[in-house]
Amino acid sequence: MSARLMQGNEAIAEGALVAGVRFFGGYPITPSTEIAESLAKMLPKVGGTFIQMEDEIASMGVVLGASLAGRKVLTASSGPGISLKQELIGYASAAEIPVVIVNVQRVGPSTGQPTAPSQGDVMQARWGTHGDHSIIVLSPWSVREAFEVTVRAVNYAERFRTPVILLTDEIVGHLRENVELPDKVKVYPRRAPKISRAEGYEPYTPDEDLVPNIANFGEGYHIHVTGLIHDETGFPSGSPKVTREAIKRMHEKISRAEDEIVDVHREFMDDAEVAVVSFGGTSRTAYEAVLNARKRGLKVGFIRLVTIFPFADKIIRELSKNLRGLLVADLNFGQIVNEVERVAECPVKLCAKYDMTIFEPEEIEKSIDELVAEVK
Amino acid sequence: MKSEFTLKLERCKGCGICVTFCPKQVLALDTLGKVYVAHHENCIACGQCELRCPDYAIFMDKIKPAKEAAS
Amino acid sequence: MRSYEKFFRRNRLPHRWFPGCGNGIVMKAIVQAIEKNPAFTQDNTVIVSGIGCSSRASGYMDFDTLHTAHGRAIPFATGIKLARPELNVVVITGDGDCTAIGGNHFIHGCRRNVDLTVVLFNNNIYGMTGGQASPMTPLGKKATTAPYGSVDRPFDACKLAEAAGATYVARSTAFHVQHLVKTIEDGLSNRGFSFIEALVQCPTAYGRRNKMGDPAKMMAWMRDNAVMKTAWDKLPDDKKIGEKFPIGLFYRAQEQDYDAAYQQVIDIAGGAAK
Repeated sequence: MSARLMQGNEAIAEGALVAGVRFFGGYPITPSTEIAESLAKMLPKVGGTFIQMEDEIASMGVVLGASLAGRKVLTASSGPGISLKQELIGYASAAEIPVVIVNVQRVGPSTGQPTAPSQGDVMQARWGTHGDHSIIVLSPWSVREAFEVTVRAVNYAERFRTPVILLTDEIVGHLRENVELPDKVKVYPRRAPKISRAEGYEPYTPDEDLVPNIANFGEGYHIHVTGLIHDETGFPSGSPKVTREAIKRMHEKISRAEDEIVDVHREFMDDAEVAVVSFGGTSRTAYEAVLNARKRGLKVGFIRLVTIFPFADKIIRELSKNLRGLLVADLNFGQIVNEVERVAECPVKLCAKYDMTIFEPEEIEKSIDELVAEVK
Repeated sequence: MKSEFTLKLERCKGCGICVTFCPKQVLALDTLGKVYVAHHENCIACGQCELRCPDYAIFMDKIKPAKEAAS
Repeated sequence: MRSYEKFFRRNRLPHRWFPGCGNGIVMKAIVQAIEKNPAFTQDNTVIVSGIGCSSRASGYMDFDTLHTAHGRAIPFATGIKLARPELNVVVITGDGDCTAIGGNHFIHGCRRNVDLTVVLFNNNIYGMTGGQASPMTPLGKKATTAPYGSVDRPFDACKLAEAAGATYVARSTAFHVQHLVKTIEDGLSNRGFSFIEALVQCPTAYGRRNKMGDPAKMMAWMRDNAVMKTAWDKLPDDKKIGEKFPIGLFYRAQEQDYDAAYQQVIDIAGGAAK
């Protein structure tokens, strides 16, 4: 594919298509709408399906139905729309249905500041739906990476049979960059049953990687899928043992692959005395701030979370052992900072912004200077 | 007898629907609340009992009159 | 064993509906209707349900079955149908599931004319949670949340479906079993959104509170008050009184279903085969 100018949101649509997504259900909401608009054009060209649903809940429902019938699926929303989707994100988690949910974050709570950037949905991405559940959350910082991370999100959804949240923001979603995208990427195929019904197939029997090989509908397996806690047959069970094991496996299928899933972009860490932690659109400003600080002779490192959840516990802890302080640039009242504080073995400082504008490099630089002074 | 009954008593919940809608009072509930055939001789093989049993506990098959040629 | 019993997961029977509950009658009517349609097999039919007493049915039926979240059966079913149009998709729902929490999905499913057959088990109450008023609880009837009688005007789900664009709309009852089977059978053969309201008795959470007597008395009430549509239309307004209500086919139309409509989009866009 030749280089062309495109938005982060369009790159997500391109990534979805190349990763094999053939079904999108959605509802219009700024600043995510371009994803739906792009896929409305692109999907029918490849025989896929785009449907605009009556609300955000239905958008989740329709993609989950399509996923169960064998399609790779994606939906996208923002702010209030993501709040509405939470019910069925939990369903996808419980019933282990592959789905990618793109959240182009805007200022909240509630209607908040539509179209204005924020990264205030971090903890919602992890814990938005009720109950103990596992989830994967990824965030890109550029248009090119929006494409790549979308492919990764689709592959993770399929491989782990889990909802994956692509937690982007208005900054990256509406950013325009000249990018050259590959026509082909590595695609994880839909998992398939390894034994027949006659051989005693049970849809929720986990494979060696703890992920079940659930048959698609219409393949003769007569499976039952429910949001109730179920045993390996897929049917509900009122047993404490089944409940415990189901919830435990749901977490462990992802946590045991953590080393592979967790992706942290690190720069200037060899000589760093302090470092800035950030993700998504904010990382673009943080990077500039780190470069500027280094020009002034400060030994500052750059840590960018591409995988937000599972959180980079081990990596942050290890890095923090050699640091005098960590600065967390949170485009919110302070969310990532709590995760960093939980694992860091050095002082942690928060640089928070929640006024509907993005960080200026000077703001982060000023916080770097303060941190350096505090930990001297 | 015009009919043959198959009762799956493990399914019967004793709701009494079959008893009430039987036009000939063939059926009744026993002391444990399960259906039994009380007056088989009155059965006209209409099948109303099976038709409305919500629990698939009672099945009625018509007995075809024996053909004369067989004798 | 009756031939339709092959459509049940017999190891899961007896079902757990209360004694005299009409849900079992309608569930049997659905599989009998499926049995009569040679295009429907156990391998190409998907049963989708919401949450509530009626929605337990999916677990008892031997097909690919999907027990979704409360009110959400129709969006899930829409996704299945559009992803694999060759599958037959039947939705089982209840009055609360379909017309309260799922009301929006219901009317939009009708509007799109997605090729689904939706069977609403109308027991006039939230049974599973113990008898709260639903949008289909008749005026004046008692519920735990309407202890002095319901003042909320109820939906006529059939009128709602017709107005919203469903292409097959009919009502029957747990008493009128043969009619019910035929009604569902016709709904299954309609290519488009088919809606069947099946009145069922809930002796435990509705009938008892409203002094309607035992299960058989509640079914006798259906027998005595249901009027076939053709007869109903001839009744003068002053005879459409008391608790009388019409059953039968209310609406039927030939309209393009959603999958066929979207296939045109694919053709215009120059799309490859799926």
